[in-house]
Amino acid sequence: MAVVNMDGEKERVLDRAPSLEVEESFSNTASISPEKSEPDSRSSKRESALLLEVRDLAISFTQYSKGLRQRTISPIVDLNLVAKRGEVVAVVGESGSGKSLLAHFIMGILPGNARVSGELYYDGLPLTRERVERLRGREIAFVPQSVQFLNPLMRVGAQVPVKGKKKREKEKELRDIFARYRLAKGTERKFPFQLSGGMARRVLLASATARGARLMVADEPTPGLDDAAVGEALGHLRELADEGRAVILITHDLEQALGMCDRVAVFYAGTTLEEAPASDFNGDGHDLRHPYTRALWMALPSNGFHAVPGNQPTPDSLPEGCLFSPRCDIATQICFSERPPKRELRGGWVRCHHAA
Amino acid sequence: MPLEARDVSFRYGRGDWVIHRASLTVDPGEVVGLKGESGLGKTTFARVVAGYLFPQEGVVLLDHAHLRRGCYNPVQLMHQHPEKAVNPRWRMRDTLKEAWEVDDATLAALGVEPSWLGRWPNELSGGELQRICLARALGPETRFLIADEITTMLDAVTQAQIWRAILARVRESGLGVLAISHDGALLKRVADRVVEMVDIMKW
Repeated sequence: MAVVNMDGEKERVLDRAPSLEVEESFSNTASISPEKSEPDSRSSKRESALLLEVRDLAISFTQYSKGLRQRTISPIVDLNLVAKRGEVVAVVGESGSGKSLLAHFIMGILPGNARVSGELYYDGLPLTRERVERLRGREIAFVPQSVQFLNPLMRVGAQVPVKGKKKREKEKELRDIFARYRLAKGTERKFPFQLSGGMARRVLLASATARGARLMVADEPTPGLDDAAVGEALGHLRELADEGRAVILITHDLEQALGMCDRVAVFYAGTTLEEAPASDFNGDGHDLRHPYTRALWMALPSNGFHAVPGNQPTPDSLPEGCLFSPRCDIATQICFSERPPKRELRGGWVRCHHAA
Repeated sequence: MPLEARDVSFRYGRGDWVIHRASLTVDPGEVVGLKGESGLGKTTFARVVAGYLFPQEGVVLLDHAHLRRGCYNPVQLMHQHPEKAVNPRWRMRDTLKEAWEVDDATLAALGVEPSWLGRWPNELSGGELQRICLARALGPETRFLIADEITTMLDAVTQAQIWRAILARVRESGLGVLAISHDGALLKRVADRVVEMVDIMKW
Protein backbone atom coordinates (compact mmCIF):
# COMPACT_ATOMS: atom_id res chain seq x y z
CA MET A 1 0.00 0.00 0.00
CA ALA A 2 2.99 2.28 0.38
CA VAL A 3 2.96 2.90 -3.33
CA VAL A 4 -0.64 4.01 -3.31
CA ASN A 5 0.37 6.75 -0.95
CA MET A 6 3.42 7.66 -2.97
CA ASP A 7 1.36 8.04 -6.06
CA GLY A 8 -1.37 9.91 -4.30
CA GLU A 9 1.27 12.31 -3.09
CA LYS A 10 2.71 12.70 -6.53
CA GLU A 11 -0.65 13.64 -7.94
CA ARG A 12 -1.12 16.19 -5.26
CA VAL A 13 2.25 17.75 -5.95
CA LEU A 14 1.30 18.11 -9.58
CA ASP A 15 -2.07 19.60 -8.69
CA ARG A 16 -0.41 22.17 -6.55
CA ALA A 17 2.01 23.56 -9.06
CA PRO A 18 -0.11 26.24 -10.77
CA SER A 19 -1.36 27.86 -7.59
CA LEU A 20 1.76 27.55 -5.49
CA GLU A 21 2.08 31.29 -4.92
CA VAL A 22 -1.35 31.71 -3.43
CA GLU A 23 -0.86 28.86 -1.06
CA GLU A 24 2.53 30.13 -0.03
CA SER A 25 1.01 33.37 1.07
CA PHE A 26 -1.48 31.46 3.20
CA SER A 27 1.10 29.41 5.00
CA ASN A 28 3.03 32.59 5.64
CA THR A 29 0.12 34.27 7.30
CA ALA A 30 -0.49 31.23 9.43
CA SER A 31 3.02 31.30 10.83
CA ILE A 32 3.51 35.03 11.21
CA SER A 33 5.15 35.73 14.53
CA PRO A 34 4.00 39.04 15.97
CA GLU A 35 6.40 40.83 18.30
CA LYS A 36 3.98 42.66 20.53
CA SER A 37 1.35 41.15 22.77
CA GLU A 38 -2.17 42.49 22.81
CA PRO A 39 -3.09 43.86 26.23
CA ASP A 40 -6.61 45.02 25.41
CA SER A 41 -7.94 41.61 24.46
CA ARG A 42 -6.58 39.74 27.46
CA SER A 43 -8.13 42.15 29.94
CA SER A 44 -11.69 41.69 28.73
CA LYS A 45 -11.45 37.91 28.73
CA ARG A 46 -14.29 37.17 31.11
CA GLU A 47 -16.68 39.91 30.09
CA SER A 48 -18.78 38.10 27.51
CA ALA A 49 -18.97 34.92 25.54
CA LEU A 50 -19.02 36.90 22.33
CA LEU A 51 -15.61 36.84 20.67
CA LEU A 52 -16.16 37.74 17.03
CA GLU A 53 -19.01 39.53 15.37
CA VAL A 54 -19.53 40.21 11.68
CA ARG A 55 -22.28 42.80 11.19
CA ASP A 56 -24.04 43.44 7.86
CA LEU A 57 -20.98 42.70 5.79
CA ALA A 58 -20.99 43.43 2.07
CA ILE A 59 -18.07 42.79 -0.26
CA SER A 60 -17.99 43.73 -3.93
CA PHE A 61 -15.39 43.69 -6.66
CA THR A 62 -15.12 45.71 -9.82
CA GLN A 63 -13.90 43.62 -12.71
CA TYR A 64 -13.05 44.26 -16.30
CA SER A 65 -15.26 42.03 -18.39
CA LYS A 66 -14.37 42.85 -21.96
CA GLY A 67 -11.84 45.49 -22.95
CA LEU A 68 -12.49 48.53 -20.79
CA ARG A 69 -16.03 47.58 -19.86
CA GLN A 70 -16.41 47.18 -16.12
CA ARG A 71 -18.88 45.29 -14.06
CA THR A 72 -19.47 44.99 -10.37
CA ILE A 73 -20.04 41.69 -8.66
CA SER A 74 -21.28 41.34 -5.11
CA PRO A 75 -20.32 37.94 -3.72
CA ILE A 76 -21.29 39.00 -0.18
CA VAL A 77 -24.36 41.04 0.82
CA ASP A 78 -26.01 41.40 4.25
CA LEU A 79 -23.90 38.81 5.97
CA ASN A 80 -23.92 38.32 9.73
CA LEU A 81 -22.04 35.90 11.91
CA VAL A 82 -21.25 35.61 15.59
CA ALA A 83 -18.60 33.37 17.17
CA LYS A 84 -18.75 32.69 20.89
CA ARG A 85 -16.22 31.28 23.31
CA GLY A 86 -16.70 27.59 23.98
CA GLU A 87 -18.81 27.12 20.88
CA VAL A 88 -18.49 25.74 17.39
CA VAL A 89 -20.53 27.68 14.85
CA ALA A 90 -20.87 25.91 11.54
CA VAL A 91 -21.09 27.99 8.39
CA VAL A 92 -22.89 25.89 5.77
CA GLY A 93 -23.86 26.67 2.22
CA GLU A 94 -23.08 25.69 -1.30
CA SER A 95 -19.98 26.69 -3.16
CA GLY A 96 -20.20 30.29 -4.20
CA SER A 97 -22.24 31.28 -1.14
CA GLY A 98 -19.37 33.36 0.24
CA LYS A 99 -18.05 30.99 2.92
CA SER A 100 -14.37 31.14 2.03
CA LEU A 101 -14.51 34.83 1.21
CA LEU A 102 -15.77 35.45 4.73
CA ALA A 103 -12.79 33.55 6.13
CA HIS A 104 -10.43 35.62 4.01
CA PHE A 105 -12.16 38.78 5.24
CA ILE A 106 -11.75 37.78 8.90
CA MET A 107 -8.08 36.94 8.35
CA GLY A 108 -7.52 40.23 6.54
CA ILE A 109 -6.35 38.68 3.29
CA LEU A 110 -8.91 39.97 0.79
CA PRO A 111 -7.47 41.12 -2.52
CA GLY A 112 -6.81 44.83 -2.89
CA ASN A 113 -9.69 45.59 -5.25
CA ALA A 114 -12.35 44.44 -2.78
CA ARG A 115 -14.82 47.06 -1.58
CA VAL A 116 -16.02 46.28 1.91
CA SER A 117 -18.80 47.71 4.04
CA GLY A 118 -20.08 46.49 7.38
CA GLU A 119 -18.42 45.95 10.70
CA LEU A 120 -16.11 43.38 12.23
CA TYR A 121 -15.58 43.20 15.98
CA TYR A 122 -13.12 41.01 17.81
CA ASP A 123 -13.32 40.92 21.58
CA GLY A 124 -15.44 44.06 21.67
CA LEU A 125 -13.18 46.23 19.50
CA PRO A 126 -13.16 46.79 15.76
CA LEU A 127 -10.81 44.37 14.05
CA THR A 128 -8.83 46.68 11.83
CA ARG A 129 -6.32 45.59 9.24
CA GLU A 130 -3.42 46.54 11.53
CA ARG A 131 -4.94 44.71 14.47
CA VAL A 132 -5.61 41.52 12.53
CA GLU A 133 -2.07 41.56 11.25
CA ARG A 134 -0.90 41.57 14.84
CA LEU A 135 -3.35 38.86 15.98
CA ARG A 136 -3.47 36.34 13.19
CA GLY A 137 -1.30 33.32 13.54
CA ARG A 138 -1.42 33.89 17.29
CA GLU A 139 -4.85 34.69 18.71
CA ILE A 140 -6.72 34.12 15.47
CA ALA A 141 -5.71 30.95 13.68
CA PHE A 142 -6.68 29.64 10.30
CA VAL A 143 -6.97 25.91 9.62
CA PRO A 144 -6.82 25.68 5.86
CA GLN A 145 -8.78 23.37 3.65
CA SER A 146 -6.02 21.32 2.26
CA VAL A 147 -2.77 19.81 3.37
CA GLN A 148 -1.26 21.52 0.37
CA PHE A 149 -1.03 24.60 2.57
CA LEU A 150 2.06 23.13 4.23
CA ASN A 151 5.31 24.32 2.74
CA PRO A 152 6.54 21.29 0.75
CA LEU A 153 10.21 22.25 1.14
CA MET A 154 10.25 22.69 4.92
CA ARG A 155 10.39 20.03 7.60
CA VAL A 156 7.03 20.04 9.37
CA GLY A 157 8.56 20.76 12.78
CA ALA A 158 9.81 24.10 11.49
CA GLN A 159 6.31 24.99 10.31
CA VAL A 160 4.79 24.86 13.76
CA PRO A 161 5.40 28.20 15.48
CA VAL A 162 6.19 27.55 19.15
CA LYS A 163 6.50 30.18 21.82
CA GLY A 164 9.70 29.13 23.58
CA LYS A 165 12.83 31.26 23.34
CA LYS A 166 15.67 28.80 23.89
CA LYS A 167 16.24 25.92 21.57
CA ARG A 168 15.59 23.33 24.25
CA GLU A 169 12.32 24.98 25.31
CA LYS A 170 11.18 25.05 21.73
CA GLU A 171 11.96 21.39 21.20
CA LYS A 172 10.11 20.38 24.33
CA GLU A 173 7.09 22.45 23.41
CA LEU A 174 7.05 21.02 19.92
CA ARG A 175 7.22 17.47 21.28
CA ASP A 176 4.33 18.19 23.66
CA ILE A 177 2.09 19.59 20.99
CA PHE A 178 2.91 16.79 18.56
CA ALA A 179 2.21 14.23 21.25
CA ARG A 180 -1.18 15.85 21.82
CA TYR A 181 -2.06 15.23 18.18
CA ARG A 182 -0.65 11.70 18.23
CA LEU A 183 2.25 12.55 15.98
CA ALA A 184 5.04 10.10 16.66
CA LYS A 185 8.51 11.17 17.73
CA GLY A 186 10.54 12.00 14.66
CA THR A 187 7.56 13.38 12.74
CA GLU A 188 8.95 16.89 13.14
CA ARG A 189 11.96 15.90 11.02
CA LYS A 190 9.79 14.80 8.12
CA PHE A 191 8.75 16.68 5.02
CA PRO A 192 5.03 17.03 4.15
CA PHE A 193 5.21 14.49 1.31
CA GLN A 194 6.29 11.84 3.82
CA LEU A 195 3.08 12.21 5.84
CA SER A 196 -0.31 10.64 5.23
CA GLY A 197 -3.28 12.95 4.68
CA GLY A 198 -4.47 12.49 8.25
CA MET A 199 -1.05 13.18 9.75
CA ALA A 200 -0.55 16.28 7.64
CA ARG A 201 -3.92 17.54 8.84
CA ARG A 202 -2.88 17.00 12.46
CA VAL A 203 0.26 19.01 11.76
CA LEU A 204 -1.92 21.85 10.45
CA LEU A 205 -4.02 21.72 13.61
CA ALA A 206 -0.91 21.64 15.77
CA SER A 207 0.40 24.62 13.86
CA ALA A 208 -2.83 26.55 14.31
CA THR A 209 -3.09 25.87 18.04
CA ALA A 210 0.60 26.12 18.97
CA ARG A 211 0.37 29.79 19.96
CA GLY A 212 -2.78 29.37 22.01
CA ALA A 213 -5.27 30.78 19.53
CA ARG A 214 -8.62 31.94 20.92
CA LEU A 215 -10.45 31.97 17.61
CA MET A 216 -10.09 29.17 15.09
CA VAL A 217 -11.35 29.57 11.54
CA ALA A 218 -11.42 26.15 9.85
CA ASP A 219 -12.14 26.27 6.12
CA GLU A 220 -13.51 22.91 4.87
CA PRO A 221 -11.11 20.84 6.98
CA THR A 222 -12.57 17.45 6.06
CA PRO A 223 -13.14 16.75 2.35
CA GLY A 224 -11.28 13.78 1.00
CA LEU A 225 -10.94 12.16 4.41
CA ASP A 226 -12.58 8.88 5.26
CA ASP A 227 -15.08 8.62 8.09
CA ALA A 228 -12.54 7.83 10.80
CA ALA A 229 -10.31 10.76 9.83
CA VAL A 230 -13.30 13.11 9.59
CA GLY A 231 -14.38 12.10 13.08
CA GLU A 232 -10.90 12.77 14.37
CA ALA A 233 -10.51 16.16 12.69
CA LEU A 234 -13.92 17.35 13.89
CA GLY A 235 -13.28 15.87 17.32
CA HIS A 236 -10.16 18.01 17.64
CA LEU A 237 -12.11 21.14 16.75
CA ARG A 238 -14.79 20.25 19.29
CA GLU A 239 -12.10 19.79 21.92
CA LEU A 240 -10.66 23.22 21.14
CA ALA A 241 -14.10 24.76 21.66
CA ASP A 242 -14.61 22.86 24.89
CA GLU A 243 -11.39 24.42 26.16
CA GLY A 244 -13.00 27.84 25.76
CA ARG A 245 -11.98 28.78 22.26
CA ALA A 246 -14.38 29.99 19.60
CA VAL A 247 -14.44 27.84 16.47
CA ILE A 248 -15.86 28.78 13.07
CA LEU A 249 -16.27 25.64 10.98
CA ILE A 250 -16.82 26.37 7.31
CA THR A 251 -18.26 23.40 5.47
CA HIS A 252 -20.59 22.32 2.68
CA ASP A 253 -21.45 19.17 4.60
CA LEU A 254 -24.39 19.91 6.89
CA GLU A 255 -24.65 16.36 8.19
CA GLN A 256 -21.04 16.20 9.38
CA ALA A 257 -21.25 19.59 11.04
CA LEU A 258 -24.48 18.81 12.91
CA GLY A 259 -22.75 16.04 14.82
CA MET A 260 -20.47 18.45 16.65
CA CYS A 261 -21.50 22.10 16.32
CA ASP A 262 -23.64 24.28 18.58
CA ARG A 263 -25.10 26.66 16.05
CA VAL A 264 -25.49 26.66 12.28
CA ALA A 265 -25.31 29.75 10.08
CA VAL A 266 -26.81 29.09 6.66
CA PHE A 267 -25.21 31.02 3.80
CA TYR A 268 -26.81 31.53 0.41
CA ALA A 269 -25.58 33.74 -2.43
CA GLY A 270 -23.45 35.72 0.02
CA THR A 271 -26.04 36.37 2.69
CA THR A 272 -26.87 34.68 5.98
CA LEU A 273 -30.42 33.42 5.61
CA GLU A 274 -30.69 31.90 9.04
CA GLU A 275 -28.85 31.12 12.21
CA ALA A 276 -30.25 28.19 14.14
CA PRO A 277 -29.26 26.03 17.08
CA ALA A 278 -28.01 22.65 15.83
CA SER A 279 -30.83 20.93 17.72
CA ASP A 280 -33.41 22.58 15.42
CA PHE A 281 -32.34 20.23 12.63
CA ASN A 282 -34.66 17.33 13.35
CA GLY A 283 -37.60 15.46 11.90
CA ASP A 284 -39.15 17.17 8.88
CA GLY A 285 -37.41 20.44 9.72
CA HIS A 286 -40.42 22.26 11.17
CA ASP A 287 -38.22 23.90 13.84
CA LEU A 288 -36.17 25.58 11.13
CA ARG A 289 -36.96 29.16 10.14
CA HIS A 290 -36.04 29.60 6.50
CA PRO A 291 -37.40 27.60 3.53
CA TYR A 292 -33.86 27.17 2.17
CA THR A 293 -32.56 25.75 5.44
CA ARG A 294 -35.43 23.30 5.39
CA ALA A 295 -34.65 22.42 1.77
CA LEU A 296 -31.02 21.78 2.68
CA TRP A 297 -32.05 19.55 5.57
CA MET A 298 -34.59 17.61 3.52
CA ALA A 299 -32.11 17.11 0.65
CA LEU A 300 -29.86 14.89 2.77
CA PRO A 301 -29.82 11.32 1.47
CA SER A 302 -31.16 10.08 4.80
CA ASN A 303 -33.98 12.70 4.87
CA GLY A 304 -35.78 12.21 1.57
CA PHE A 305 -33.21 13.43 -0.94
CA HIS A 306 -35.56 16.23 -2.07
CA ALA A 307 -34.13 18.54 -4.70
CA VAL A 308 -35.45 22.11 -4.85
CA PRO A 309 -35.21 23.13 -8.51
CA GLY A 310 -33.22 26.13 -9.66
CA ASN A 311 -29.83 27.56 -8.87
CA GLN A 312 -28.20 29.96 -6.47
CA PRO A 313 -28.06 33.38 -8.20
CA THR A 314 -24.66 34.50 -9.43
CA PRO A 315 -23.05 37.55 -7.78
CA ASP A 316 -23.45 39.75 -10.87
CA SER A 317 -27.20 39.21 -11.18
CA LEU A 318 -28.75 39.08 -7.75
CA PRO A 319 -32.54 39.28 -7.54
CA GLU A 320 -33.98 42.53 -6.24
CA GLY A 321 -35.89 41.04 -3.33
CA CYS A 322 -35.10 38.03 -1.14
CA LEU A 323 -32.16 36.15 -2.67
CA PHE A 324 -34.01 32.85 -2.39
CA SER A 325 -37.32 34.16 -3.80
CA PRO A 326 -36.89 32.76 -7.36
CA ARG A 327 -36.78 29.23 -5.92
CA CYS A 328 -39.06 29.62 -2.93
CA ASP A 329 -42.48 28.00 -3.00
CA ILE A 330 -43.99 30.26 -0.35
CA ALA A 331 -42.77 33.50 -1.93
CA THR A 332 -45.31 36.33 -2.32
CA GLN A 333 -45.23 39.82 -3.86
CA ILE A 334 -43.16 41.36 -1.08
CA CYS A 335 -40.48 38.66 -1.40
CA PHE A 336 -39.73 39.69 -4.98
CA SER A 337 -39.49 43.39 -4.24
CA GLU A 338 -37.93 43.73 -0.78
CA ARG A 339 -34.94 42.14 0.90
CA PRO A 340 -36.20 40.79 4.21
CA PRO A 341 -34.42 42.30 7.23
CA LYS A 342 -32.76 40.14 9.86
CA ARG A 343 -35.07 39.36 12.76
CA GLU A 344 -34.88 37.29 15.91
CA LEU A 345 -37.05 34.21 16.06
CA ARG A 346 -37.23 31.31 18.50
CA GLY A 347 -33.64 31.35 19.77
CA GLY A 348 -32.14 32.06 16.36
CA TRP A 349 -32.69 34.59 13.64
CA VAL A 350 -33.81 34.62 10.04
CA ARG A 351 -34.08 36.75 6.90
CA CYS A 352 -37.53 35.83 5.60
CA HIS A 353 -40.76 37.79 5.33
CA HIS A 354 -42.85 34.73 6.10
CA ALA A 355 -40.96 32.86 8.81
CA ALA A 356 -42.99 32.36 11.95
CA MET B 1 -25.00 -5.62 -22.98
CA PRO B 2 -23.03 -5.11 -19.78
CA LEU B 3 -19.84 -3.32 -18.80
CA GLU B 4 -17.65 -5.86 -17.16
CA ALA B 5 -14.33 -5.77 -15.29
CA ARG B 6 -12.93 -9.28 -15.11
CA ASP B 7 -10.12 -9.98 -12.63
CA VAL B 8 -8.38 -6.67 -13.32
CA SER B 9 -5.16 -5.87 -11.48
CA PHE B 10 -3.28 -2.62 -11.65
CA ARG B 11 -0.11 -1.16 -10.15
CA TYR B 12 1.84 1.99 -10.76
CA GLY B 13 5.33 1.15 -12.06
CA ARG B 14 6.81 -1.72 -10.14
CA GLY B 15 5.01 -0.94 -6.91
CA ASP B 16 2.53 -3.01 -4.95
CA TRP B 17 -0.79 -3.89 -6.53
CA VAL B 18 -3.27 -1.07 -6.01
CA ILE B 19 -6.16 -3.19 -7.14
CA HIS B 20 -5.87 -6.92 -7.47
CA ARG B 21 -8.18 -9.22 -9.38
CA ALA B 22 -11.16 -6.90 -9.10
CA SER B 23 -14.35 -8.04 -10.81
CA LEU B 24 -17.60 -6.16 -11.25
CA THR B 25 -20.42 -6.07 -13.79
CA VAL B 26 -22.77 -3.15 -14.45
CA ASP B 27 -25.84 -3.78 -16.60
CA PRO B 28 -27.56 -1.13 -18.72
CA GLY B 29 -30.17 0.71 -16.68
CA GLU B 30 -28.51 -0.38 -13.46
CA VAL B 31 -26.87 1.79 -10.81
CA VAL B 32 -24.17 -0.04 -8.87
CA GLY B 33 -22.76 1.62 -5.77
CA LEU B 34 -19.09 1.06 -4.95
CA LYS B 35 -18.13 1.91 -1.41
CA GLY B 36 -14.90 1.92 0.55
CA GLU B 37 -12.48 3.87 2.70
CA SER B 38 -9.95 6.15 1.07
CA GLY B 39 -6.79 4.46 -0.21
CA LEU B 40 -8.49 1.23 -1.24
CA GLY B 41 -8.15 1.90 -4.96
CA LYS B 42 -11.66 3.09 -5.83
CA THR B 43 -10.42 5.87 -8.07
CA THR B 44 -7.81 3.67 -9.72
CA PHE B 45 -10.55 1.13 -10.42
CA ALA B 46 -12.73 3.87 -11.92
CA ARG B 47 -9.91 4.93 -14.23
CA VAL B 48 -9.29 1.35 -15.30
CA VAL B 49 -12.96 0.68 -16.03
CA ALA B 50 -13.26 3.91 -18.03
CA GLY B 51 -10.22 3.00 -20.09
CA TYR B 52 -7.87 5.70 -18.80
CA LEU B 53 -5.49 3.11 -17.35
CA PHE B 54 -4.63 -0.28 -18.78
CA PRO B 55 -4.76 -3.11 -16.30
CA GLN B 56 -1.62 -5.25 -16.20
CA GLU B 57 -3.84 -8.28 -15.71
CA GLY B 58 -7.46 -8.97 -16.53
CA VAL B 59 -9.78 -7.25 -19.01
CA VAL B 60 -12.47 -4.62 -19.17
CA LEU B 61 -15.22 -5.62 -21.58
CA LEU B 62 -18.08 -3.64 -23.06
CA ASP B 63 -20.61 -5.83 -24.84
CA HIS B 64 -18.13 -8.69 -24.36
CA ALA B 65 -15.49 -6.84 -26.42
CA HIS B 66 -12.52 -4.66 -25.52
CA LEU B 67 -13.05 -0.90 -25.30
CA ARG B 68 -12.23 0.68 -28.65
CA ARG B 69 -9.64 3.43 -28.91
CA GLY B 70 -9.67 6.49 -31.12
CA CYS B 71 -13.41 7.02 -31.08
CA TYR B 72 -16.04 8.35 -28.68
CA ASN B 73 -15.80 6.35 -25.47
CA PRO B 74 -19.25 5.04 -24.48
CA VAL B 75 -17.90 4.71 -20.93
CA GLN B 76 -17.58 8.23 -19.54
CA LEU B 77 -15.73 9.12 -16.34
CA MET B 78 -16.66 11.99 -14.02
CA HIS B 79 -14.36 13.28 -11.30
CA GLN B 80 -14.67 14.67 -7.79
CA HIS B 81 -13.25 18.10 -8.68
CA PRO B 82 -14.94 19.53 -11.79
CA GLU B 83 -12.69 22.58 -11.75
CA LYS B 84 -9.77 20.27 -12.52
CA ALA B 85 -11.67 18.56 -15.34
CA VAL B 86 -12.28 21.58 -17.57
CA ASN B 87 -9.91 23.76 -19.52
CA PRO B 88 -9.56 27.03 -17.55
CA ARG B 89 -9.09 28.98 -20.79
CA TRP B 90 -12.23 27.75 -22.50
CA ARG B 91 -15.68 29.16 -22.06
CA MET B 92 -18.24 26.57 -21.01
CA ARG B 93 -19.76 26.55 -24.50
CA ASP B 94 -16.46 25.34 -25.97
CA THR B 95 -15.94 22.84 -23.16
CA LEU B 96 -19.28 21.24 -24.02
CA LYS B 97 -18.70 21.40 -27.76
CA GLU B 98 -15.52 19.36 -27.46
CA ALA B 99 -17.64 16.35 -26.54
CA TRP B 100 -20.87 16.82 -28.50
CA GLU B 101 -23.44 19.42 -29.63
CA VAL B 102 -25.35 19.49 -26.38
CA ASP B 103 -29.04 20.05 -27.01
CA ASP B 104 -31.26 22.41 -25.03
CA ALA B 105 -33.35 19.59 -23.64
CA THR B 106 -30.30 18.02 -21.97
CA LEU B 107 -29.21 21.37 -20.55
CA ALA B 108 -32.68 22.01 -19.17
CA ALA B 109 -32.92 18.53 -17.68
CA LEU B 110 -29.63 19.06 -15.85
CA GLY B 111 -30.53 22.56 -14.65
CA VAL B 112 -27.80 24.24 -16.70
CA GLU B 113 -28.78 27.86 -17.29
CA PRO B 114 -28.07 29.26 -20.78
CA SER B 115 -26.19 32.22 -19.28
CA TRP B 116 -23.49 29.90 -17.94
CA LEU B 117 -22.36 28.88 -21.40
CA GLY B 118 -20.59 32.17 -22.06
CA ARG B 119 -18.70 32.04 -18.78
CA TRP B 120 -15.22 30.94 -17.79
CA PRO B 121 -14.75 28.09 -15.30
CA ASN B 122 -13.57 30.42 -12.52
CA GLU B 123 -16.87 32.32 -12.73
CA LEU B 124 -18.98 29.28 -11.87
CA SER B 125 -19.43 27.49 -8.58
CA GLY B 126 -18.48 23.85 -8.08
CA GLY B 127 -22.08 22.67 -8.40
CA GLU B 128 -22.59 24.61 -11.63
CA LEU B 129 -19.37 23.27 -13.12
CA GLN B 130 -20.23 19.72 -12.15
CA ARG B 131 -23.52 20.05 -14.03
CA ILE B 132 -21.62 21.24 -17.10
CA CYS B 133 -19.35 18.20 -16.77
CA LEU B 134 -22.38 15.94 -16.50
CA ALA B 135 -23.91 17.47 -19.65
CA ARG B 136 -20.58 16.95 -21.40
CA ALA B 137 -20.45 13.31 -20.36
CA LEU B 138 -24.04 12.44 -21.34
CA GLY B 139 -23.64 12.46 -25.11
CA PRO B 140 -25.98 10.30 -27.22
CA GLU B 141 -23.37 7.56 -27.51
CA THR B 142 -22.70 7.37 -23.77
CA ARG B 143 -23.92 4.07 -22.37
CA PHE B 144 -22.13 3.95 -19.01
CA LEU B 145 -21.22 6.65 -16.52
CA ILE B 146 -18.48 6.15 -13.94
CA ALA B 147 -19.24 8.70 -11.21
CA ASP B 148 -16.23 8.96 -8.92
CA GLU B 149 -17.28 10.91 -5.79
CA ILE B 150 -18.95 13.46 -8.07
CA THR B 151 -21.01 15.14 -5.36
CA THR B 152 -18.61 14.85 -2.43
CA MET B 153 -17.70 18.53 -2.65
CA LEU B 154 -21.27 19.74 -3.12
CA ASP B 155 -24.05 20.79 -0.78
CA ALA B 156 -27.03 18.52 -0.18
CA VAL B 157 -29.48 20.32 -2.49
CA THR B 158 -27.10 20.34 -5.45
CA GLN B 159 -26.19 16.72 -4.75
CA ALA B 160 -29.85 15.69 -4.85
CA GLN B 161 -30.42 17.70 -8.06
CA ILE B 162 -27.50 16.09 -9.87
CA TRP B 163 -28.33 12.55 -8.82
CA ARG B 164 -31.98 12.93 -9.68
CA ALA B 165 -30.98 14.09 -13.17
CA ILE B 166 -28.73 11.04 -13.57
CA LEU B 167 -31.41 8.67 -12.31
CA ALA B 168 -33.91 10.13 -14.80
CA ARG B 169 -31.46 9.38 -17.58
CA VAL B 170 -31.03 5.83 -16.24
CA ARG B 171 -34.78 5.28 -16.44
CA GLU B 172 -35.28 6.95 -19.82
CA SER B 173 -32.40 5.62 -21.84
CA GLY B 174 -30.97 2.70 -19.92
CA LEU B 175 -27.76 4.41 -18.87
CA GLY B 176 -25.66 2.18 -16.62
CA VAL B 177 -23.95 3.89 -13.69
CA LEU B 178 -21.09 2.98 -11.38
CA ALA B 179 -21.52 5.30 -8.40
CA ILE B 180 -18.36 5.51 -6.31
CA SER B 181 -18.59 7.10 -2.89
CA HIS B 182 -17.62 6.73 0.73
CA ASP B 183 -21.12 7.94 1.67
CA GLY B 184 -23.24 4.90 2.47
CA ALA B 185 -26.47 6.89 2.87
CA LEU B 186 -26.07 8.41 -0.60
CA LEU B 187 -25.37 5.04 -2.26
CA LYS B 188 -28.32 3.45 -0.50
CA ARG B 189 -30.45 6.21 -1.98
CA VAL B 190 -29.21 6.09 -5.60
CA ALA B 191 -27.95 2.55 -6.21
CA ASP B 192 -29.81 -0.66 -7.02
CA ARG B 193 -27.10 -2.60 -5.24
CA VAL B 194 -24.02 -1.58 -3.25
CA VAL B 195 -20.73 -3.48 -3.19
CA GLU B 196 -17.68 -2.90 -1.03
CA MET B 197 -14.33 -2.30 -2.72
CA VAL B 198 -12.67 -4.92 -0.52
CA ASP B 199 -15.26 -7.51 -1.54
CA ILE B 200 -14.80 -7.22 -5.29
CA MET B 201 -11.07 -7.97 -5.10
CA LYS B 202 -9.24 -11.25 -4.57
CA TRP B 203 -5.77 -11.26 -3.04
